[in-house]
Amino acid sequence: MVHLIEFCGKYAALDVESGSVHAIDKTAMSVLTFKNAGKTNEQIVNDLGEDAREVLDEIEELTQKGLLYSKCEINGENAQFNTPVIKALCLLVAQDCNLRCSYCFADTGEYHGARALMDVDTAKAAIDFLIAHSGGRRNLEVDFFGGEPLMNFDVVKQTVEYGRQQEKLHDKNIRFTLTTNAYHVTDEMAEFINKEMKNVVISIDGRKEIHDKMRKNIAGEGSYDRVLKNAHKIVDGRGGQEYYVRGTYTAENLDFSNDVCAIADAGFDQISVEPVVTGESYAIRPEHIPQLKHEYEMLAREYIKREKAGKGFCFFHFMIDLNSGPCLNKRLRGCGAGSEYLAVTADGNLYPCHQFAGMEDFSMGNVHDEDVNQEIKKMFLDTHVFTKQGCSECWAKYYCSGGCAANAYHSTGDIRKPYELGCETEKKRIETAIAIKVFEEDLL
Amino acid sequence: MKHIKTVTKSNLKDTLRTGGCGECQTSCQSACKTSCTLANQKCEKKN
Repeated sequence: MVHLIEFCGKYAALDVESGSVHAIDKTAMSVLTFKNAGKTNEQIVNDLGEDAREVLDEIEELTQKGLLYSKCEINGENAQFNTPVIKALCLLVAQDCNLRCSYCFADTGEYHGARALMDVDTAKAAIDFLIAHSGGRRNLEVDFFGGEPLMNFDVVKQTVEYGRQQEKLHDKNIRFTLTTNAYHVTDEMAEFINKEMKNVVISIDGRKEIHDKMRKNIAGEGSYDRVLKNAHKIVDGRGGQEYYVRGTYTAENLDFSNDVCAIADAGFDQISVEPVVTGESYAIRPEHIPQLKHEYEMLAREYIKREKAGKGFCFFHFMIDLNSGPCLNKRLRGCGAGSEYLAVTADGNLYPCHQFAGMEDFSMGNVHDEDVNQEIKKMFLDTHVFTKQGCSECWAKYYCSGGCAANAYHSTGDIRKPYELGCETEKKRIETAIAIKVFEEDLL
Repeated sequence: MKHIKTVTKSNLKDTLRTGGCGECQTSCQSACKTSCTLANQKCEKKN
């Protein structure tokens, strides 16, 4: 399968099964389009003229080398997967929040239950659970999430201290991360985050008016000014360590490329902006897709322009590594929710990921228990590119693994039936990311 | 070649043999928390 991409007057071809990427000229684009439509070489030459013959020779050479029209040699029957172990936990240390964001999938922290803070014994039990279930895996991950995790800062501190002790005893390397709204960040918190957190994700939606419309405090006031100041307090002290300023776009700011640029203009250079996944009145609808696709192109143009001007920034979804990305095993299975990655609620209950937290049909046990619900674990384990509806035939399958199980469940009621609108935006992001790489190489 | 210039030569199938150690970062822990982009994840063996 060869997928063709057009961007800013340039063309690219992705050989799906090998992962090879080629810059192609307009003639090659036409020839490959005809080939993809099933036309024979004779028909192509008849339709496009003698120039096409030269292209067909080049296609033949690359096909022989395994760089074009590579065959799909793995499928649901012959794919061999490794046996996963639990290596990552998302700790909902605070099922409470000091903001009241309109679109919050976590029900402003409550996760459809009561507001609660995780106690330190439960947090320590979660660390023990992770180490006990991680087998021979050395690199482990713990994300402090919420709600707003800094509302339970003492437990965050004690959990990290405990984790540092335990990792030495068990020869593990725990990478702590934290996701915060940055509404309340003391100097001590910022210093601690920058010392202990491998990555910190800070929620800012972009332009002040966009942010303030959705991300309000309990009194109903916009949080932008305070959040921006606190975000800088963290980011300016990171000393080059990883962070992301992460925003959400909704039906109310479909022109989200302006929000990405606003975040960059505010002094941040590691940015991720994502479509909203819940909230009916703000939801992304099918009629929005053409504009969203256009926005990703606008963003890519600005991204290249700023890069050339020496004012570049990283956009999470454009950071595809075409040379040394993840192995095929990972690409087939994806995020590992329910098998490698679990969420832990404040009371220690386990769920396949943070987006399933509080949903009793997906309850997988408790960190104080010996084992996890094997039936749910198996259901998630058996959910991969070859079992998700329509994914085997999709050109994007090795870049998104068939998409997010939670998005699928929330939109279709089945973790194996992908969220169609999510597929549309994801495919556009991948196309754009590949196009940027080809554009930057400027080979043709 | 005149009409086609290779930007990156890759062979994903080979990584099925060499990969699978699972030491890499869980994709959802990095930034998105709501989607499943993983092609930007780094391989621990190569880095």
